[in-house]
Amino acid sequence: MVPTSYFLILSAILFGLGVVAFVFRRNIITMFMSIELMLNAVNLAFVAFSQALNKLDGQVFVLFVIVVAAAEAAVGLGIIILIARNRRSLNVERVDLLKL
Amino acid sequence: MSAPLIIFFVLAAVAVLGAMSLIIQKHPIHSALSLIVVMVALAGLYLLMGAEFVAAVQIIVYGGAIMVLFVFVIMLLNAEAEERTDFSKLAKFAGLPLTLALLGVLAAVMVRAGPGVANAAHPGALADTRSLSTMLFTNFVYPFELTSFLILVAILGAMVLAQREQK
Repeated sequence: MVPTSYFLILSAILFGLGVVAFVFRRNIITMFMSIELMLNAVNLAFVAFSQALNKLDGQVFVLFVIVVAAAEAAVGLGIIILIARNRRSLNVERVDLLKL
Repeated sequence: MSAPLIIFFVLAAVAVLGAMSLIIQKHPIHSALSLIVVMVALAGLYLLMGAEFVAAVQIIVYGGAIMVLFVFVIMLLNAEAEERTDFSKLAKFAGLPLTLALLGVLAAVMVRAGPGVANAAHPGALADTRSLSTMLFTNFVYPFELTSFLILVAILGAMVLAQREQK
């Protein structure tokens, strides 16, 4: 049997890589995908704890997180299409209308 | 080394390499394909933990629906390899230190909480789909109904956002 701490360490590594991708990339779609990567890392921790504590609540929460991620993807990609249509660019640093 | 441990390390390596590839690739479509690799590897890890329903949902909803949406939008917008720009002074000087600080905090919390995490040997056959669905429709029935409302709002929002303005 694989120890729970291995899964938690993997989850932390994946979350960290998601944060790094979010900070370092300029493309708005890639940044959005790194958010999905972070959500996946959290899901892994949920399932690992659910297995360690022998309770199913964690897995139910994973289902809710997946539903919220799907809704977020639909709305977020709609916003991305609007931004690309108005600014003619997918680079987040060119979306700076609010900047002084 | 037992078989589950070997499977874990193989799948974990695939997931981490996929996530690194997500960072390194310049073109968004390559990043999207790397993310699909990560999601399939995670589904394998869920199977390893005995959460077979979550694994199936991960493949169908994440690997299928959400990533198809991403790839579709990338192709619709005809996204190209991203250009390097350095407009933000703050990001140039504070970005890397702040990222390292966040990773340090994460690592510190994990190291401190390490011994407290239960490593109990658990009996299998915990997460059969029947008990999962019973729980979803009894204890969590109100959140479940709320998520259906959330999906409805998201559909309406996406439609309103994506339609062209009438002249």
